[in-house]
Amino acid sequence: MQVPAPFAYERATSVEHAIELLSRHGPEARVVAGGHSLIPMMKLRLAQPDALIDINNLSDLSYIRVEGDQLLIGALTRHADLLDSAVAGEHFPIFRDAEQVIADPVVRNFGTVGGSLCQADPAEDLSAAFAAVGASVVARGPNGSRTIDVRQLHAGPYETVLEPNELLVEIRVPIRPGGGSAYEKVERRVGDYPVAAAGAVVWLDGDTVAEAGIGLTAVGAEHFAAPEAETALRGRPATDDSFAEAGRIAAQHCHPQPDQRGPAEYKRQLAVELTTRALRRATARARGQEA
Amino acid sequence: MTVTEERPTVGFGSTLRKEDVRFVRGKGTYVDDVNLPGMLHGAMLRSPFAHARIVSIDTSAAEAHPGVKAVITGETLAGLNLAWMPTLSYDTQAVLATDKVRFQGQEVAFVIAEDHYSARDALELIEVEYEELPVVVDAKKALDADAPVIRDDKEEQSNNHIYDWEAGDKAATDEVFSSADVVVAEDILYPRTHPAPLETCGAVADMDKVTGKLTVWTTTQAPHAHRTVYALVAGLPEHKIRIISPDIGGGFGGKVGIYPGYVLAIVGSIVAGKPVKWVEDRSEHLMSTAFARDYHMRGEIAATRDGKILGLRVNTLADHGAFHSTAQPTKFPAGFFHVFTGSYDLQAAHCKVTAVYTNKAPGGVAYACSFRITEAVYLVERMVELLARELDMDPAELRMKNLLRPEQFPYTTPTGWEYDSGDYQKTLTKAMEMAGYQQLRAEQADRLRRREQGENVPLMGIGVSFFTEAVGAGPRKHMDILGLGMADGAELRVHPTGKAVLRISVQTQGQGHETTFAQIVGNELGLPTEDIEVVHGDTDQTPFGLGTYGSRSTPVSGAATAVVARKVRERARIVAAAMLEVSTDDLEWQENRWQVRGDPEKAKTIQEIALAAHSSLELPEGIEGHLDATTVYNPPNLTYPFGAYICVVDVDPDTGQVHLRRFIAVDDCGVRINPMIVEGQIHGGLADGVGMALMQVMAFDADGNHMGANFMDYLLPTAKECPSWELGETVTPSPHHPIGAKGVGESATVGSPAAIVNAVMDALKPYGVRHADMPLSPAAVWSAIQGRPLRTDLAIT
Ligand SMILES: Cc1cc2nc3c(=O)[nH]c(=O)nc-3n(C[C@H](O)[C@H](O)[C@H](O)COP(=O)(O)OP(=O)(O)OC[C@H]3O[C@@H](n4cnc5c(N)ncnc54)[C@H](O)[C@@H]3O)c2cc1C
Repeated sequence: MQVPAPFAYERATSVEHAIELLSRHGPEARVVAGGHSLIPMMKLRLAQPDALIDINNLSDLSYIRVEGDQLLIGALTRHADLLDSAVAGEHFPIFRDAEQVIADPVVRNFGTVGGSLCQADPAEDLSAAFAAVGASVVARGPNGSRTIDVRQLHAGPYETVLEPNELLVEIRVPIRPGGGSAYEKVERRVGDYPVAAAGAVVWLDGDTVAEAGIGLTAVGAEHFAAPEAETALRGRPATDDSFAEAGRIAAQHCHPQPDQRGPAEYKRQLAVELTTRALRRATARARGQEA
Repeated sequence: MTVTEERPTVGFGSTLRKEDVRFVRGKGTYVDDVNLPGMLHGAMLRSPFAHARIVSIDTSAAEAHPGVKAVITGETLAGLNLAWMPTLSYDTQAVLATDKVRFQGQEVAFVIAEDHYSARDALELIEVEYEELPVVVDAKKALDADAPVIRDDKEEQSNNHIYDWEAGDKAATDEVFSSADVVVAEDILYPRTHPAPLETCGAVADMDKVTGKLTVWTTTQAPHAHRTVYALVAGLPEHKIRIISPDIGGGFGGKVGIYPGYVLAIVGSIVAGKPVKWVEDRSEHLMSTAFARDYHMRGEIAATRDGKILGLRVNTLADHGAFHSTAQPTKFPAGFFHVFTGSYDLQAAHCKVTAVYTNKAPGGVAYACSFRITEAVYLVERMVELLARELDMDPAELRMKNLLRPEQFPYTTPTGWEYDSGDYQKTLTKAMEMAGYQQLRAEQADRLRRREQGENVPLMGIGVSFFTEAVGAGPRKHMDILGLGMADGAELRVHPTGKAVLRISVQTQGQGHETTFAQIVGNELGLPTEDIEVVHGDTDQTPFGLGTYGSRSTPVSGAATAVVARKVRERARIVAAAMLEVSTDDLEWQENRWQVRGDPEKAKTIQEIALAAHSSLELPEGIEGHLDATTVYNPPNLTYPFGAYICVVDVDPDTGQVHLRRFIAVDDCGVRINPMIVEGQIHGGLADGVGMALMQVMAFDADGNHMGANFMDYLLPTAKECPSWELGETVTPSPHHPIGAKGVGESATVGSPAAIVNAVMDALKPYGVRHADMPLSPAAVWSAIQGRPLRTDLAIT
């Protein structure tokens, strides 16, 4: 049995309490949400926090709802809830696509959306999905709340711009009618992290791409996004050729690292191919041709 | 057969598994479930480096850690003359490193503490100073002149060479090749994989200082062999050693040998005077326990232009890791690899194996391969496939043309194996019919046409493999492990009320022995399966035998069981004769009773006879009372199960993803004792094959770091990757086995990887891809299409 190094454990009763506990235990304390990323790292002793602040009792951080023209997702929302959410699925099929291929049911039942983003794993699926849809996140600390563009949240592998005593509380996704979205992933086996994955959202103006968002993961895309490809696609005809061209541009700006999932050239190829496929499917959905 | 057929309770048939009652209720007892009063806990410090000299080890801080009772190092063991232990291949292996570490994960120190957490925490307090050495990772460079010598502990060792071994007739084979119309050659790697049972290895050792008796609960597939080895190595008297192998959560060959952790639990119990538990974690298990395969093969096949296969030869480089510790019969350092001519009628064959040391974990055990037959079958089935490609012949047709014919059995292969029985064409024909082979080929052609017209449909591939296994080691005159002959004992007691206890030397790890062995007895004696208790896995309670691996339980112990039951039946006959007041010659065994010939009214069941045998009935000469019997079964030959497998895949060439659409498996394992268990064994083996063919590998980076020491990296297939298996059977009994059974535990693992790889290569034919090594991950498939196949044994860079 793999066992973690000793640590203190505290259970937060409110967001304020969690922030207070984080402040009290200092920078070597960690929030634990679903624990599906943090606990394995602790068992392997790759992470040895002094203290765990458990936020699983903060049920008021678990919700999915529409307010005005935004979809709001509480940080403690479980993967399974996002997968099952009719309202999220209606506006953003990309989440359903992605959640279907994230981990396995056991992990999805407990792993959280906030934990996924804060883990900042370079192969996290939701980071790409949220980058594609142009989400922002709300962080709360001792000095109040601030909103951060999700494309500014990640400071590097396993690193976010959050302060040690800041809590991510909410994710906000702007809703604009007439769009379509999709997520495409290649994995070695079900439940595996992606070899590469791409998410796309497309708004059409007739047969022209009015606006597009592209997110990429596991391929070394800065901030999990492909802004150059988004720009190139804007105003272009919504055709396979345009999508493939966008895929090529996206891949050019990636810095994939070789590992046991594949060599860099292969991951770059997947960036092209999966971006193209995600755009194609998002467009079909925008046209109402596909569920 | 009628739908309302009752589940048979006597004899052969698909009865539910007796052992599952405790497993499904969570009432199994695995080694980690054993908890003894006052028990201490051990944890292992392992090397972070693949090759390094140990400069110093400071254990003082660890010893001072609360709860720690002792810290054992190689130096401590050297004082007891236990720093090194013999391997199953007559080499030595470090129990704890004294001079150098030779693979990442090697055992360096052992902490004993009051609880597992303290022991684990104390590991971090041990300071080891290492001096890193150059590593040998690539087996192909192990014999280079400038390669560092890994085993400088052995005086006679000046390089990394372990052995050269050959089989077959080289001159005759060369002759056949030089005159053949067609010769095809290919470099084929069977990469390093791991058995990866869900239960890792562990032991609870309890040395009773008063009685001098050592009891060890341990994860072993061969409890009796372990007892003898401990006696020989540690000088402990063998009657004072009791090895208990409780419920075992999968073995697959990985629990045949003895690991340093077992030895340290024992030493720890002797030193601390208390029971010591040691159970390794998942990463430790994957990094340090016995791997399988790691054969770099250069295969060549010769044939006539019209598709008659003439000869086969192979040159193999075997990567054995840092210690040569393969488990196999002494005479065969490459296991049964020389059964590599497979199921075909060839004129000549020759194989050569060169084994080398590298800075990797030792092992090379079965992993469901019946001693390297997995490698052998993979090689021949890939070569036949490549030949079909070269000849532009259908691969099933090519096989059909060259398979051994029924009248050729018993058949002696060019490398000396005597196949017992087979009807290969029938089995392949059945598989082709089940698959709808011709329709599949038509569909494949249609797919290609559509792709040529620009339609975006996946590529389709159809792969065939035909295997012959050699299982049930083995005849004593040919086979031993460390000098121990491979015969197995059985004891059968029949209690007065007709309930029976069978004691066997083999040890189940999921194969269902408690059910099938009871069925064998039930079938011989007419007793309900529920009335027969099977005792196994405890050396104090069972007769000697070499254990369960290499699909040997049914061929050897199953035979012993049938023989001992027949002995009981013959004793019962004498008693029945006395009961019925007739001569034994007047009795015949009919409908599960001893019956007076021609008079069904006058008959006795075993239950009735058992009671009489224990009663005051006056017994004739030749029987003292009771029905109990014992036997030892020394198999006259191996048994040779076989099968035909067909796999259908769809491949996305733009991502390299392989979708396994169908898998048809027709197995012939002789008589099936419990068809449901047989099918379960085949399901598991096929899934194993999917794992190896598509996702499993243990690769190493340039520094010798293990790239897959957890289940996020070392992938086990799930139901999602497995199609709904389509199983079929033919039954060709083994002529020399008492009940005609052949063994099946490893068949599917042996036969399936080639079918899958052949299917993927078939799909990639339009790209001119001939071969790519397993695992055929999406990256490997895509890279092969680009003409830049991956070397899967090395880290991807
Ligand atoms: C077997 C397995 C397979 C997986 N497969 C995939 C996959 O295919 N794709 C994929 O994307 N992911 C995968 N994952 C990762 C999974 O999605 C994440 O583990 C999980 O969702 C992270 O959420 P969590 O709640 O478990 O985070 P935790 O493990 O609890 O926390 C992760 C990190 O985030 C921090 N944190 C958590 N919540 C907050 C918060 N509200 N504010 C500030 N910091 C916070 C923690 O301190 C910690 O540093 C897999 C995990 C496992 C175990």
